[in-house]
Amino acid sequence: MPANKRQHAANPGRRQFLTDAARGACAAGVCGLGLAAYASQASQKDAQALRPPGALPEADFLSACLRCGLCVEACPYDTLKLARLFDPAASGTPYFDARTTPCEMCDDIPCVPACPSGALDQALTDINNARMGTAVLIDQKSCLNFQGLRCDVCYRVCPLIDEAITLEMQRNRRTGAHALFIPTVNSDICTGCGKCEQACVLDEAAIKVLPEKLAVAGADKHYQLSWEVEAERGSPLVPQQLKLPVRKPGDSQ
Amino acid sequence: MNAPGSRMVERQGWWKAHRFLLLRRISQLSILALFFAGSHLGITLLQGNLSSSLLLETVPLSDPFVLAQLLASGHWPELSALIGGLLVIGFYALVGGRSYCSWVCPVNPVTDLAAWLRRKLGLVKTTQLSPQLRYWILACSLILPLFTGYIVWELVNPVSLLQRGLIFGISAGWSLIAAIFLFDLFITQRGWCRHLCPMGAFYSLIGKVSLVRITTPGRQRCDDCMDCYKVCPEPQILKPVLKPNKDPLTGAAETAPVIIASTCTNCSRCIDVCAEDVFKFGNRFATEVERTQ
Repeated sequence: MPANKRQHAANPGRRQFLTDAARGACAAGVCGLGLAAYASQASQKDAQALRPPGALPEADFLSACLRCGLCVEACPYDTLKLARLFDPAASGTPYFDARTTPCEMCDDIPCVPACPSGALDQALTDINNARMGTAVLIDQKSCLNFQGLRCDVCYRVCPLIDEAITLEMQRNRRTGAHALFIPTVNSDICTGCGKCEQACVLDEAAIKVLPEKLAVAGADKHYQLSWEVEAERGSPLVPQQLKLPVRKPGDSQ
Repeated sequence: MNAPGSRMVERQGWWKAHRFLLLRRISQLSILALFFAGSHLGITLLQGNLSSSLLLETVPLSDPFVLAQLLASGHWPELSALIGGLLVIGFYALVGGRSYCSWVCPVNPVTDLAAWLRRKLGLVKTTQLSPQLRYWILACSLILPLFTGYIVWELVNPVSLLQRGLIFGISAGWSLIAAIFLFDLFITQRGWCRHLCPMGAFYSLIGKVSLVRITTPGRQRCDDCMDCYKVCPEPQILKPVLKPNKDPLTGAAETAPVIIASTCTNCSRCIDVCAEDVFKFGNRFATEVERTQ
């Protein structure tokens, strides 16, 4: 038994291995912690960095993208860029900046089939179903149409004119005699191509494309609109609704 | 002090003493040039970058290390990427796993330059690091995606960053490459490629089974000039094949005359600089040892 013990103690190779292993594991652990922290920070990409059409939701996209740049090379308009270190998106991933170069919404969507990783969903075949982001008329105070002028540029450049952006008329209270033509984004149709943001005539665009997560609200799943339900099934949502007489001001009694 | 290889230059000329070095630089440059042409000049021979690419618009090629991280993060890629990964693994299983490091990787010229400057400036001080550290970093880079869901290493991987940067634009990425250069030059000799890079570690795992090897059929001619040790990026692998332990009874060498260590990058600088022609390209099953006159 003692001989055995001595053998253990005098095994420098094994001791060396354990020391090295412990050191290596510690170093890699510390380095890993730092990396994980950097990764979670880098995954918060800039709101103005938009992903190519068909991109998976951001978290899935980051785990899927190989960073090969094949989508960038497939883009005929040089819209897509590969993020460099410290760019607004995780380094090596493709993005575009709507204000400088928006997506031209090619019919054949060449960037999607070029992707070998599946980070761009191959199921996307109709560019009108792309959701790269959603346009938001972000500053009503500066938008010329809100001042009663007929700028309309964002509306006119929209590839889905009268669908993704419509002009809604409102009374112009300032003049009392004219209408305001309010550019209104329909978030269920807007693809986020960014044409409107690029075209906005202001120094700083009043309409901006934001990632869907920031731009689009969503009601709870159980939420129902009574008039929609009624139209669908022909009977009111709440069957036994009391019919009360409507009393308007001026009605006698 | 003579530069390593100077005897070889005297005997067989400068070109012969640098032939593999030049071939490697041509290989590294032309791969990058082809990618650049694919991206900017519309010559679609090779498109994408080293992480994933398309050869002749048909054959997919994917870096197996990047692919492994992607799988670890829980994403199942398109079939083309998987096929591409297998093709690349097959290729390096043939020509030597870490051939990637010395014949393809764009960081290699940077660290080679640092090592060369070290020799020129006589910087011998080096901080000891375990060469095993790279395997820990490799493990780390494959385990982190399991928990975070992100391909964490690819955010900072200098190899991906440099090759991608040279093709698509690099900007701030230079800072990381400069850091590696300075680290190799002033802190640890061959620090990046030999001790830290998990990509090299990954390719060395492929190299465990790879076929093409540097052999030492002329090892009995070795006159201990040490030139190969000075240029070798992994000098610890040379001794067992150059000075094998002899069996005390028969006097036969215990190790075959072939560098079987998977960390060998097949860079062939040893063949370049050896004036005694000890080294030769061969395969892992080589046994031939030339007799001395």
